[in-house]
Amino acid sequence: MISNNPTRCAACRFLRRRCPQDCVLAPYFPSSNPERFACVHKIFGAGNITKMLEQLPVHLREAAADSMFYEASLRVEDPVYGCVRIISQLQHHILEAQSEILKTNGQIASYIAQQQLQQQQQNVVDGASYQQDMQISEYLGVGSDVQTLANDSYFHP
Amino acid sequence: MGSGSSPCASCRLLRRRCAKGCIFAPYFPSDDPHKFAIVHKVFGASNVSKMLQELPIHQRGDAVSSLVYEANARMRDPVYGCVGAISFLQNQVSELQMQLAVAQAETLCFQMQQDPVALPTQIDQHQHHHQHQDHDQKSLLLSNSDFNSIPHQYFSSFASPSNVIQDPLKRESLWT
Repeated sequence: MISNNPTRCAACRFLRRRCPQDCVLAPYFPSSNPERFACVHKIFGAGNITKMLEQLPVHLREAAADSMFYEASLRVEDPVYGCVRIISQLQHHILEAQSEILKTNGQIASYIAQQQLQQQQQNVVDGASYQQDMQISEYLGVGSDVQTLANDSYFHP
Repeated sequence: MGSGSSPCASCRLLRRRCAKGCIFAPYFPSDDPHKFAIVHKVFGASNVSKMLQELPIHQRGDAVSSLVYEANARMRDPVYGCVGAISFLQNQVSELQMQLAVAQAETLCFQMQQDPVALPTQIDQHQHHHQHQDHDQKSLLLSNSDFNSIPHQYFSSFASPSNVIQDPLKRESLWT
């Protein structure tokens, strides 16, 4: 004789049937939350929920019931698009973010190029200035190092 | 359309006469039986019929497309269905948000190096610029609550799905 659950689960209560001890739905649709089953039943149907859960190993059924409840509640809120609206929005935001990252990386590359150009220009100026110092030193007949030190920006901030 | 000569995919599967005003006929043509089969398997024909009846005609096409998408997702991933895809995409969005924040911080550094005196004005302009773009940008930079991210009340133990749908972006277009 199959014994019944002392308290019918939300599913069996909704379906007005007795709740056996091995009720597939009972662990995931407790009597304390009747709205949860009502929502899932409205979208998927009790038979489909039972079939889908029975096809899964026991340790995965809770996650499956939870995901079905989430999808069903989104479908109740938005009967046209359901959870697909969220997927569409997320895909759109991913494209936007990728585009923004590309644009920002482009700006960074531009800054780096600018810096490198400035550095090269500075190197040219420094080189010319050094040559000039050498010429002056030769003309004056003094050591180049003394003349360079005199021109060093460290001494002339 | 429903007619005596060519029943729609739904009526063919359900083995019934396809009436002239068959609610399924415009959306489940006989040349694509798989489309109705998958929706019937996940949602059930009577549930789909009820859902369509409750919608104005001009929205039924989109509703069918989204139901087909969801049903396909549930067949591919019987545990998480579309929720697996949502979780995957939310993670992608978070990663991209971080990458974007790092890149934007770098540009600010460069701006500071170039013109430190004008920094407060530049920061104001930067913020003002972002406020102008804000409605789209803001949603990029704020939390996932903007996307109805999976609230904890729906899940007792929901982590990264073990068999999550891979590359949902490339998998298929949303609308057939």
